Amino acid sequence: MVKIRQARCKGCGLCVISCPKQLLKVSPKINRAGYPVVQIDDVESCTGCALCAEMCPDVVISVFI
Amino acid sequence: MSDMEFIKGNEAIAMGAIEAGCRFYFGYPITPQNDIPEYMARHLPEVGGTFIQAESEIASINMLLGAGATGARAMTSSSSPGISLKQEGISYMCGSQIPGVIVNMSRSGPGLGGISPSQGDYFQATRGGGHGDYRTIVLAPHSVQENYDLTMRAFDLADKYRNPVVLLGDALLGQMKEPLRKKKYKEKEFPKNWVMSGAKGRKPRLLKSLYLSEGELTEHNWMLYKKYQRMKREIRYEAQLLDDAFLVVVGFGSVARILKTSVQMAREKDMKVGLFRPITLFPFPYAALEKVSLAVRNFMAVELNTGQMVEDIKLAVGHKKNQVDFYGRPPGSIPSPDELFWEIKKVYKKRVG
Amino acid sequence: MKHVFKRPKALIDVAFHFCPGCHHGIIHRLVAECIDKYGLMKETIGVASVGCSVFLYDYINVDVVEAPHGRAAAVATGVKRSRPGNFVFTYQGDGDLAAIGTAEIIHAANRGEHITVIFVNNTVFGMTGGQMAPTTMVGQETTTTPFGRDPDMNGFPIRMAELLGDLPGTTFVARTAVNNPKNLMRAKKLLRKAFEVQINNEGFGFIEFLSACPTNWKISPERAAKRVQEEMIPYFPLGVFKEGRE
Repeated sequence: MVKIRQARCKGCGLCVISCPKQLLKVSPKINRAGYPVVQIDDVESCTGCALCAEMCPDVVISVFI
Repeated sequence: MSDMEFIKGNEAIAMGAIEAGCRFYFGYPITPQNDIPEYMARHLPEVGGTFIQAESEIASINMLLGAGATGARAMTSSSSPGISLKQEGISYMCGSQIPGVIVNMSRSGPGLGGISPSQGDYFQATRGGGHGDYRTIVLAPHSVQENYDLTMRAFDLADKYRNPVVLLGDALLGQMKEPLRKKKYKEKEFPKNWVMSGAKGRKPRLLKSLYLSEGELTEHNWMLYKKYQRMKREIRYEAQLLDDAFLVVVGFGSVARILKTSVQMAREKDMKVGLFRPITLFPFPYAALEKVSLAVRNFMAVELNTGQMVEDIKLAVGHKKNQVDFYGRPPGSIPSPDELFWEIKKVYKKRVG
Repeated sequence: MKHVFKRPKALIDVAFHFCPGCHHGIIHRLVAECIDKYGLMKETIGVASVGCSVFLYDYINVDVVEAPHGRAAAVATGVKRSRPGNFVFTYQGDGDLAAIGTAEIIHAANRGEHITVIFVNNTVFGMTGGQMAPTTMVGQETTTTPFGRDPDMNGFPIRMAELLGDLPGTTFVARTAVNNPKNLMRAKKLLRKAFEVQINNEGFGFIEFLSACPTNWKISPERAAKRVQEEMIPYFPLGVFKEGRE
């Protein structure tokens, strides 16, 4: 399970390409800083591998298993 | 209790530093001050201190910044061109309020210049050759004893004001040998609530000079300015034979000791000449010199350069600035007491009669 | 539910100023993770440098002293010699360490100072707008090599890890990258090794991180991460160049 701190997301997309199951995508939503934010639709399929969180340069993602 | 030894000027500085608790020295060889790092290399380990011959004068001023940041008593020394290299580091130390002692045993400039004594670094020392609004206290010894005493004082002032202090000597003061009376240094307490030591039981500290928010740097600069104003209480000077003087000769450092003899020679010829010797070049004794100018009409600046301290004298005496004569001897030859006596005589004849 | 990935304690909870996709954020976090892991938060004195990493002290929760551009290794020498019981690290970019700071890093390494140097190499001067760096690659366009770096004019990119690994005074020298999860996991191990070398009083530790600068490379974060893999790693190979003192 992942929690995304969208206020800090910069939409860089590094998490998107790191997820082995391609569960993350950059959404059309823009945060207050003006960046498009990342979101996860199919949270159930997340295995908690945390590769997304490890790759995130802004410590946006928290992982729970 | 006579503890007198016949000591070389440079070594007296190193001795004074160790006596005052200096335990870190970082430097690079340059004539005419190599006795200082060499003394430190031999004697610092004896007191558990650390000596590093750094790769450059730039590296050594930055090592000084680092050690000073941890609250240690640390020193670097060099000579004119090497001091030029240190200017950025000195500016940073002032901006971050990091103490340290920087010794400049001036040689001749500009450029590679020469190795003979000179006073061509007066502007660099007192105005600050680095960037930004900052000042360093500048102490100018004129004897081996003062080399020793003022070095000890330099460490206290550096810690008291959290600021770099420059000891401005020259090749003559570094190379000559005179009797030195060693003293026992009296330890003083200075607040250390700002030092880098690892954030145990307290919030982390930051030593920096970068201030980007609106108004922050303005405030910081005014705070530093006020500190530099408080330094005025450290002004020191020596005055001789002023009471009945018609002409006051002003000199600092090595040239001042030569002038002492020349002024004596003038007195022997019934010329009413006095001597004023600034010991702190920053803060400069403007007020004291101005007071002298109320009674004395004529001044003569003597320097081993083409005219640097003379500007401060003119500033001090204000409306009497046109009665300030100047004799300069840019580096390459040291004037004898005789030569300076003749120059004093010339001015005396011109101004007094 | 177990919270298996969270912000390290040593990383202050503020937004990073870094550009989207810049690897500084990852590397800062890795440094903070190591400080947490070895319990060094109250022992560490960081030496900040000049470049995009100038705000290190806003992010890492330890005592920090600012160094003039290029001089962090000399400042760290002064700090560590004065306080050998503290953990002292520098964090420098390729301009700070490999241009203006070349003399200082070589000599600190040569003296075997017991410090840990984190070197972030993204082949450009980032903070100042993308000028050529000592590690800019041949043919790479930057604002001061608008026609591509020409070795006849500007020499070749410098491989700092190899250079320092050759010095007998060093104890641990490595190069790593964080452009993908596989490299990142390896990077964590190597960073820990670099920390341990100082913790165990073994000597000088140096770790070069290949990094991306999407803004000044003028490509997306995803393509920038690929560039590290496909263009930089072949010239700047990953690996350990020194392990253990002579």
